[in-house]
Amino acid sequence: MTSRLINWFKFSSPASFYPLARKISLVSTVIAVVLIAVGLYMSFFVAPTDYKQGEGYRIIFVHVPASWMSMFIYVVMAGWAALGLVFNTRLSAMMAQALAPTGAMFAFLSLWTGSFWGKPMWGTWWVWDARITSELILLFLYLGYMALRAAIDDPRRGDRASAILLLVGVVNVPIIYYSVKWWNTLHQGSTIRMNQESTMEETMLLTMLIMTLGFWAYSIAVAMARVRTVILERERSTTWVRELGGGEI
Amino acid sequence: MIDANTEPSLQIQALCCVRGDRVLFRDLSFAVQGGELLHLKGHNGSGKTTLLRALAGLLLPESGEVRWAGQNIRSLREEYSRHLLYLGHLNGIKGDLTAVENLRISSVLDGLQLSEKRAWEVLGEIGLKGHEDLPSKHLSQGQKRRVALARLLVNRARVWILDEPFTALDVDAVQLLQEVIRQHVANGGVAIITTHQEVAMIGEHTRTISLGRADV
Amino acid sequence: MFEPLYWIIRRDLTIAMRRRSDIFTTLIFFVIVVSLFPLGIGPEPDTLRLIAPGIVWVGALLASMLALELIFSADHRDGTLEQMLLTPQPVSLLVAGKVIAHWLVSGIPLVLMSPLLGVQYDLSWEALGTLVVSLLLGTPALSLIGAIGAALTLGLRSGGVLLALLVLPLYIPVLIFGAGAVEATVSGLGGQSHLSMLAAILVASLVLAPLATAAALRVAED
Repeated sequence: MTSRLINWFKFSSPASFYPLARKISLVSTVIAVVLIAVGLYMSFFVAPTDYKQGEGYRIIFVHVPASWMSMFIYVVMAGWAALGLVFNTRLSAMMAQALAPTGAMFAFLSLWTGSFWGKPMWGTWWVWDARITSELILLFLYLGYMALRAAIDDPRRGDRASAILLLVGVVNVPIIYYSVKWWNTLHQGSTIRMNQESTMEETMLLTMLIMTLGFWAYSIAVAMARVRTVILERERSTTWVRELGGGEI
Repeated sequence: MIDANTEPSLQIQALCCVRGDRVLFRDLSFAVQGGELLHLKGHNGSGKTTLLRALAGLLLPESGEVRWAGQNIRSLREEYSRHLLYLGHLNGIKGDLTAVENLRISSVLDGLQLSEKRAWEVLGEIGLKGHEDLPSKHLSQGQKRRVALARLLVNRARVWILDEPFTALDVDAVQLLQEVIRQHVANGGVAIITTHQEVAMIGEHTRTISLGRADV
Repeated sequence: MFEPLYWIIRRDLTIAMRRRSDIFTTLIFFVIVVSLFPLGIGPEPDTLRLIAPGIVWVGALLASMLALELIFSADHRDGTLEQMLLTPQPVSLLVAGKVIAHWLVSGIPLVLMSPLLGVQYDLSWEALGTLVVSLLLGTPALSLIGAIGAALTLGLRSGGVLLALLVLPLYIPVLIFGAGAVEATVSGLGGQSHLSMLAAILVASLVLAPLATAAALRVAED
């Protein structure tokens, strides 16, 4: 137990995390490629045609995991932000910073695929459905976080200010979600019912699971690769980065 | 809670401050006891203001800590502020308010009751007679500085942190301020100041710390 | 504990009274924005009545956000803000005082002006009443939430636009329940439940927002 504790503290320093991030990134890349390849194959060729929605439904194998990931990553970022504020560790803020573009990308992917799904289903590219609207607001929250980070020159102020924004955001996300849901039911707008009536087949569920795990691995791989560049950029004046020289960079 | 009877002391332990990419100072350790005047020296950009802001608790140091009466000021927060008076480059007065209003409000926020009559007296003492109820934006630089410094005559804080307090002051005001600081130190207070002027306030309890590349 | 709160509010109100033009700028912005919509949409009373709650609310939301940009900037420039962080008073209390003063100066005029704008859109008396109550509950919540954004963007180059990007998504629940209350009254359902939700949001933001704002101000003055 104690040895594990020491290890954690050791890796909370950017210098010792830098090489570890490379290993994690490589392993996750391999896992992501395999899982997403298998998942895509299954979603195109193995999963059966939906008796109601035909072939068009297959986009949910990308859409649903992307939505899940976009929400999950935001919560993870808020977790890193809280850690960074409490323990004043630089690496936590760097992790949040590295995750943000991936989260935003998934939110955008979710909206994009949702719109692709909507066209054949309801004949319109955009529906003010509670879930889609919330996803759009989540994308705004991601963009706000990234814009605030980019606007602050001093990296330490950037870390702490954006951490506060993340915590405020994560408190607001459920409130926003429920208010949007309330708004949606009052206006009797169209609601996407996702396979709740048509029972989901086991292969569909399995495919979705594989795709989700693949997206997980992808997120980790990309975030680790990105955190390495963030570390190098932020620690460029330290001796250990200088000693790396041209070799590993 | 801090016992009011204990000898107040400010301890700086292994303080390191960074601005952007530049390390201003690292491993800075010293202590200031009650009854001591600390004169911080250093060329422009050596980190004097940064150090003062870290001592006041405005700035979070990269590493190391500042302790007041044995406790980290980060955990003391408002409890430490009660014992502190910080005057930075900015005067901290509102241009739309008069000198009297400015002084009374900063006193209330410092947790003191200051009657209107007393405020007029204090401002007279610091040489603002006749300007007490003019909007501060119409005052000269030196007069604005005096409004800010009037807090020193009212406040009972043990630690004074003054960043370039003599700037923009005329000879009379400089002398008055020196006397006020000397008295504060004689009464067992701590004063930490930076100044470019060679000031003849260097008494027996003065220490000088120089910041700069040579010392880091 | 409430003495510093009183003094901060008094201080900010005094300053606001000595430079009254700022108040009117916000108010005029509100009136102009709301008056633009009929020009873009067309003068049919039925359409206008339908969209009135949303438009008046969006107008109030934008006006309140624009006014908020200034809430801390003057104090930041003249150093009174850093002095506030160094007083023995809890910073969140002082922040609450500043937001209250700011709302009294910039929010109340919006609330008072709103029935007049509602008349432009041919709203019924009952709907106008709900509009006023909803703004009375909603605009202080907007000020409290917006203050967090104002503190986070304090002193930044692209402050104004960035503030909008940070704050507008957080305003959405207030907008939904505020405009929803008026809409529900118009359609005869009664806006009671919407108004209770607004009140709940107001209480929650009164408790939480000053804490976040105080933390953000400490970061901004670092």
